[in-house]
Amino acid sequence: MAGYGFLAPWLVGFFGLTVGPMAVSLYLAFTRYDIFTPPEWAGFANFTRMFTDDPIFLRSAKVTLEYVLIGTPVKLAAALAVALLLNSITRGSGFFRSAFYTPSLIGASVSVAIVWRAMFAGDGPVDTSLKSLGLDLGGWVGDVDLAIPMMIILVVWQFGAPMVIFLAGLKQVPTELYEAAEVDGAGPVHRFWKVTVPMLSPVIFFNLLLETIHAFQVFGSAFIISNGSGAPGGQLNFITLYMYKRGFADMQMGYAAAIAWIVLVAVAIIAAIMFRSARSWVYYAGDQR
Amino acid sequence: MTAIEHTRRRGLASTIVWYLALLLLAAVVLYPLVWLLSATFKPSSEFGRNSGLLPWEPTLDNYVRVWDGIAGIPLWRYALNSLIVASLAVVGTLGSSALAAYAFARVPFKGSGLFFAAMIGTLLLPFHVIIIPQYIIFNQLDLLDTYVPLLIGKYLGTEAFFVFLMVQFIRGIPRELDEAARIDGAGHPRIFRSIILPLLRPALVTGGIFSFIWTWNDFLGPLIYLTSPENYTLPVALRLYNDATSTSDYGATVAASLLSLIPVLLFFLIFQRLLIRGVATQGLKG
Repeated sequence: MAGYGFLAPWLVGFFGLTVGPMAVSLYLAFTRYDIFTPPEWAGFANFTRMFTDDPIFLRSAKVTLEYVLIGTPVKLAAALAVALLLNSITRGSGFFRSAFYTPSLIGASVSVAIVWRAMFAGDGPVDTSLKSLGLDLGGWVGDVDLAIPMMIILVVWQFGAPMVIFLAGLKQVPTELYEAAEVDGAGPVHRFWKVTVPMLSPVIFFNLLLETIHAFQVFGSAFIISNGSGAPGGQLNFITLYMYKRGFADMQMGYAAAIAWIVLVAVAIIAAIMFRSARSWVYYAGDQR
Repeated sequence: MTAIEHTRRRGLASTIVWYLALLLLAAVVLYPLVWLLSATFKPSSEFGRNSGLLPWEPTLDNYVRVWDGIAGIPLWRYALNSLIVASLAVVGTLGSSALAAYAFARVPFKGSGLFFAAMIGTLLLPFHVIIIPQYIIFNQLDLLDTYVPLLIGKYLGTEAFFVFLMVQFIRGIPRELDEAARIDGAGHPRIFRSIILPLLRPALVTGGIFSFIWTWNDFLGPLIYLTSPENYTLPVALRLYNDATSTSDYGATVAASLLSLIPVLLFFLIFQRLLIRGVATQGLKG
């Protein structure tokens, strides 16, 4: 019984603040509910509205998927590339590691969102320097095509956290493997694909899974950069922002709960695809595969 | 030229290229922060005209004005609110996570494996599906505009990252220590208090700093739950600046942004090794 004693606070939180609310939101997803009057059963109305009668939702889902499916792989590629660079130097790697990690700590903050908006504004430093190179983009924030790239740059800027995990993984790859590969005449590119990637694959998988799920939850930066609106063309109206607006500004709690469950299903499908594909590319040392 | 000399020379050249690449990258990565720092010294007239790093006429005006605060409330009040919420969050997170982690790592009990898997599951759960019902519950309990909704989860171990971090750490503590204490007649509460908890210190420090920084930066929670400006934490107060003054007082906005980052950056400067090791182990054994 001692186990349950120690686990008591966690159990209360798990059932009271996670499982319970999940069940409630599943119920609410099938209702109309404005918090002031009792919920009213609506069947699948919220879901049909989402997919057949709500272009704003469809647009929001599209920009979110674009952001997640492009931003995450680019971020991880950057993290791995820089980790390889850092792994090959002997002095000063501590300084660079800390410098590169800093954005991961503050990247989701309101302060950085304010900086980002200023940096990518029409008269901001990014545009001014691009203009001096002869490329006049005229501000990224209000531009339908440039708003997502701006957000992707913001998430890629935070490559430090996965980089640190990659670095720790690289340190555990036995050097004999590289030596053996070199003796067999493998060049650097070959060594990367045949030794580094398989040996790192569990870490790559872990990062990919967590970063993807994390990316779906982008909210504060998009909220601040677009002043809470999601931008005029909906280009910053990420799914969390849209859910927030429907639930907490329009008090359509039932509809917002339905959106939340669609997000959960989408995340679960993407995670399931990853776990399935992992069988063929994730290598655990000691496995007989 | 012998073969060895040749590789050594090529090694030197490529090392120089590596360092140049890294320095350039570090400059790009840190540029937004340096730009923010310099922007806080630019007079309002330069915003929109001077996008460079150096203020034409450096001034401290922005800092003087930011001190007056916004919505009739001085900035220190928001900072104090943030400090209170973040400190209480640290206490709750560490206490509840250490207890749960001890149960998972050291106490065999029925359902342990199942609950551990569930805990890992919540690490992957998008928060969307729980925030609306939580809001409804706290609304019914009449707890809106208090810090309870922001803190209660921390006291109930709902942030799986910290439980997991500590489980990993406790698993690394030799079991012989527990056994020795048990032979001396110590029960679980005693082993937890006098053996595990003292040895857990590095994980408690790492977890405490992360908990502080994440709560300090949190925006969605305070945005949903806090309604009166005198209760606002810094991020929601910054949003007021951002909305109200984007044209009129840009200087105060950037100064407030920088000030709210300073505690986070200070913590990182002091504890960078511990924090980075915490992140690294999290990923490796997962």
